[in-house]
Amino acid sequence: MVKKLITEDTKLFMTGNEVIAYAAVAAGAEFMYGYPITPQNEVMHTWCKLLPKTEAGFLQTEDEISAGFSTLGGILAGKKAFTATAGPGNVIMQDAMSMAEMMRIPFVCVILQRGGPSTATVIYSQQETTLTCFGGNGEGHRIVYSTAGHQDLYDYTIKSFNTAWKYKFPTYVLADGYQGKMREPFVAYDPESKGIRMIPATPSLRAEGLVGVDRKAVHMRNTFNMEEELMEVLDSFEEEFNAIAPEVQEYQEYKADDADILIIAHGIVARSACTAIDELRAKGIKAGLFRPITLRPLAVEPLRRAVESSKQLLFAESANGQLARLVFEKIYGLTTPYETLYKMGVGITGGDIVEKVEQMDGAIACR
Amino acid sequence: MPQQLDIAPRLPQAQDADPGASKFCPGCGHGMILKTLAFAIDDLELHQRAVFGCDIGCSLLAWNYMNVDSVQTHHGRTTPVIYGVTRAVPDTVGIAYMGDGGGLAIGAQHLVNAAVRNEKMLVVLVNNTNYGMTGGQMAPTTLPGQVTETTPYGRDIEASGKPAKGAEMVASLVDPEKALVTRVSVTNLRKLRTTFKKALTNVAEGRGFSFVEVLSICPLNWRTNNVTTWDKIKTMEEYFEVKDFVMPQELEGVK
Repeated sequence: MVKKLITEDTKLFMTGNEVIAYAAVAAGAEFMYGYPITPQNEVMHTWCKLLPKTEAGFLQTEDEISAGFSTLGGILAGKKAFTATAGPGNVIMQDAMSMAEMMRIPFVCVILQRGGPSTATVIYSQQETTLTCFGGNGEGHRIVYSTAGHQDLYDYTIKSFNTAWKYKFPTYVLADGYQGKMREPFVAYDPESKGIRMIPATPSLRAEGLVGVDRKAVHMRNTFNMEEELMEVLDSFEEEFNAIAPEVQEYQEYKADDADILIIAHGIVARSACTAIDELRAKGIKAGLFRPITLRPLAVEPLRRAVESSKQLLFAESANGQLARLVFEKIYGLTTPYETLYKMGVGITGGDIVEKVEQMDGAIACR
Repeated sequence: MPQQLDIAPRLPQAQDADPGASKFCPGCGHGMILKTLAFAIDDLELHQRAVFGCDIGCSLLAWNYMNVDSVQTHHGRTTPVIYGVTRAVPDTVGIAYMGDGGGLAIGAQHLVNAAVRNEKMLVVLVNNTNYGMTGGQMAPTTLPGQVTETTPYGRDIEASGKPAKGAEMVASLVDPEKALVTRVSVTNLRKLRTTFKKALTNVAEGRGFSFVEVLSICPLNWRTNNVTTWDKIKTMEEYFEVKDFVMPQELEGVK
């Protein structure tokens, strides 16, 4: 059992990467396997610095492939284990993530997005949205939380462990290097004090009971002989994923109720959108925000309602429409016109959004 | 009239009888190696502590072969899955079972680093000088001049280098006081059983990394009969020296 660091609500001021490590400790995470890559390094640094106090475990592996697979090994052995990565690390860790998806292993991974493709830039983008939601040679049976700041990082890192262990779908906290590197105040707490019961980890390998006496040996596999055998398994995953979606999906709306212009954005861009909305409303333009918190599964019904009730949409992303593609599929049939503000791998300010919205037909009509 | 044998073959307790007939090709070395490994687990009574991991390639057919907790992984990734387990639950005797492709090509970085870090686990690397499951392509261990599907005119060492010597490489990396590194052959199953016992003991006693390279046979892809299979593995034994490379003193007494 890992020792608790935070027993009562404590206001802290630190970087997002530190927040993630503190949150993992609060969630009862017992082991981190990791490999250095910017901008997630300080998650590992903080985790390691805290080890004498937490009595948790850490292994610095030889690459992200190994970090992913050894995390799976730790989880199968019954430890609440996790890893964190970014960019090209996220790419090569998809190997392990697809095994987690196939074998329903409660894999938890924090992604700090950086610019792509390839090595690109090391601090910021929203270009790992598609990869994190649908990477690997599978169907995207994954749960992805997109955070927008430090309180989110704390809350959703804790939540990701419970989500993973409850539903046994790989679970991600999708952030970015801006969140990871900037400092911001947040309130750290012991989840139990908020009535959050942390689901205990249970072993798949070396479970209780004597092999050959109390139980048979377990034989875990991700290989199948027949096409139909595989489809039967995947059909059951799909059915289960859809069935849990209503209780997993999360979203945030900001002044969306009466919005003529609905900005659809996730992560830190959604925060810029909030400042833009206040500024636009002061100018008489009724703008609002729909921010999906879970990118997988998307909160489809609320999304469709918000889209339907607005006059024009604006997709704002630090990517070339990776969120928009997820959304388009789910708003099929609706005819609300849209515009885009895509800055590939570059941050979007409130000012950028104000400037864009002011040129939109919906805004001109407001005046 | 042919008569059916009514005496069941003697299986080690650590081998699972449920899968029935061997799934390996006729004449394959894997069945012998796995059965011998299972006997060694019996000898040391490690059934409750052992976790068996198998790779992709022919070795994946072993996913339900052993009567110990088992996990089948991805190609080359058995080593990290198993040290993930043993790091998390250190009294586990983790066994990563793989072929020469899994250990020396696609998963070589894991083998190198597990050896360097003295991960307390056993790696069994079965060397049959080719990729069997995928139809007999060149492996890092393919002998000079050997014909495979991707070297139809024989392995040209100018173009693709000399065969990789796994045990020698691992021996150069490990802590000589704590690790066990050896090469054995399926031509001597008694020796193989003793070797597995030593290798498992080294892990079970928490001393360190064990690496057992087993020279094996692949009559199907080699296109050899009984006699020429034997000739070929004897040729392999000349190229790949069968010996203990690193052996902790404490294990000398293990018979």
